[in-house]
Amino acid sequence: MPSLNYAAPTSVQEAVALLAGAAGLAKPMAGGTDLLVQLRSGRLKPELIVDTKQIPGMIGIREEAGGFVIGGATSGAMLEAHAALKAAWPGVVEAMDLIGSEQIQGRASLAGNLCNASPAADSVPAMIAAAAVAVIVGPKGERTVPVESIVVSPGRTSLARDEFILAIRLPPRPAHSGDAYLRFIPRTEMDIAVVGCGVNVTLDAAGVCTAARVSVGAVAPTPLLVAEAGAALVGHTLDEATLAKLDAAARAACKPISDKRGTIEYRIKVAGVLARRAAAIAFERAAGRVAKGH
Amino acid sequence: MSLSISLSVNGVAREVALDDPRVTLLDLLRERLDLTGTKKGCDRGQCGACTVLLDGRRINACLALAASCDGAAVLTIEGLAQGDTLHPVQAAFIAHDGLQCGFCTPGQIMSAVGLLREAQTGDDPERVREAMSGNLCRCGAYAGITEAILDAQRQLAAPDHAEAA
Ligand SMILES: Cc1cc2nc3c(=O)[nH]c(=O)nc-3n(C[C@H](O)[C@H](O)[C@H](O)COP(=O)(O)OP(=O)(O)OC[C@H]3O[C@@H](n4cnc5c(N)ncnc54)[C@H](O)[C@@H]3O)c2cc1C
Ligand code: FES
Ligand code: FES
Repeated sequence: MPSLNYAAPTSVQEAVALLAGAAGLAKPMAGGTDLLVQLRSGRLKPELIVDTKQIPGMIGIREEAGGFVIGGATSGAMLEAHAALKAAWPGVVEAMDLIGSEQIQGRASLAGNLCNASPAADSVPAMIAAAAVAVIVGPKGERTVPVESIVVSPGRTSLARDEFILAIRLPPRPAHSGDAYLRFIPRTEMDIAVVGCGVNVTLDAAGVCTAARVSVGAVAPTPLLVAEAGAALVGHTLDEATLAKLDAAARAACKPISDKRGTIEYRIKVAGVLARRAAAIAFERAAGRVAKGH
Repeated sequence: MSLSISLSVNGVAREVALDDPRVTLLDLLRERLDLTGTKKGCDRGQCGACTVLLDGRRINACLALAASCDGAAVLTIEGLAQGDTLHPVQAAFIAHDGLQCGFCTPGQIMSAVGLLREAQTGDDPERVREAMSGNLCRCGAYAGITEAILDAQRQLAAPDHAEAA
């Protein structure tokens, strides 16, 4: 077995130097719930694992300038336990909460879910709909990148080999805003999304949509921001004609594959249905009415 | 590469030298510390047989690198009973037939202890089942497991049991 090195640096600079200095493949690690499975199966043969959990800022949630900064290795359980975050971004929190069991939730992170770069990653459409940005650190310092620009193809991200995500930032919330994420799976727990959909809206005092972002997952090689679907909502309340336009826009964006979880036709149809349902929940939440996700 | 870590296992401080950083917490417990109560079912996060509490929170020991547990406190099934006195969750599993072959049981019990600490489910059996969905039982003892957890929760809420968990 080729040798593997492990390091748990305590500063960003040290971590970047370790990633940059490795001769072979170097992988940052957050919760390890994807990494360890891939290590075990032999799919991944890194020379170095850089555990990021000891780096200041990687674990924890803080409110900043009206938004939230979530450390890259913060666990799903910590998100779920954060009342203010849950109140502001219920869709993002519920998407993360769908990942695996409670045991997985004790370790799994948003940054790991994003950088594993699965087309079906549950938190990613919710983050994209939320207009979340990733704070990326590397040898040249810090840069921020919208979450929709991180995954470039299944298993690949736009990060350089010596970069990693320090935090995920969620923007400030205007009044009358709400988000939601729904996924469709054949079972009720512990399964991979056939389709996922995140919707984030802001309404005016009369309940008319003034801003909207819609993202779909598992229906293309990467999670997608569907601008046309967001545009279908702006200027409208959730009447049947608006829902039909949203449905059509979500379906039009899909470029899925057929596999054992669903055919192309099925996935496209479900994407439209989930967009309608997630939009209904997001509108309810934005209007201040309580809506349960699932 | 050799790594030296120190961790607390069931309240006892342990120093371990790891010859390979790939060693998981599960393999460390079973093969190095002779704590074989924690079971290996799937070794990939899907069955929950390896559930332990890490710093009070339930995790799959098969998905944690031992090296990343440096400085942490681990509680395994071996650390639950006080001498001959079973933990209320252990006793409730026996009282309610929450097992058949017993292979999944240590993981079920540790997961249940974690669930009761999280205190999120109340006495709703459906929420208990959902919160236990990371623990599979091939014998299908689920009905007894849910009853055992609800019963243990009632017992732990009784005044004379205030700090047992
Ligand atoms: C039983 C089981 C069920 C699961 N269910 C689901 C599910 O329902 N939905 C779902 O979407 N996923 C699911 N997953 C997959 C996994 O749990 C999630 O993708 C999780 O969010 C990964 O987070 P992590 O912190 O464990 O990542 P890690 O395993 O630590 O890392 C994942 C990837 O991201 C990279 N990475 C980690 N941190 C950083 C960083 N800070 N910067 C840059 N790159 C980084 C790593 O190098 C690796 O390539 C499941 C996994 C298991 C084992
Ligand atoms: S052995 Fe760890 S979850 Fe199955
Ligand atoms: S008792 Fe046999 S697997 Fe659960």
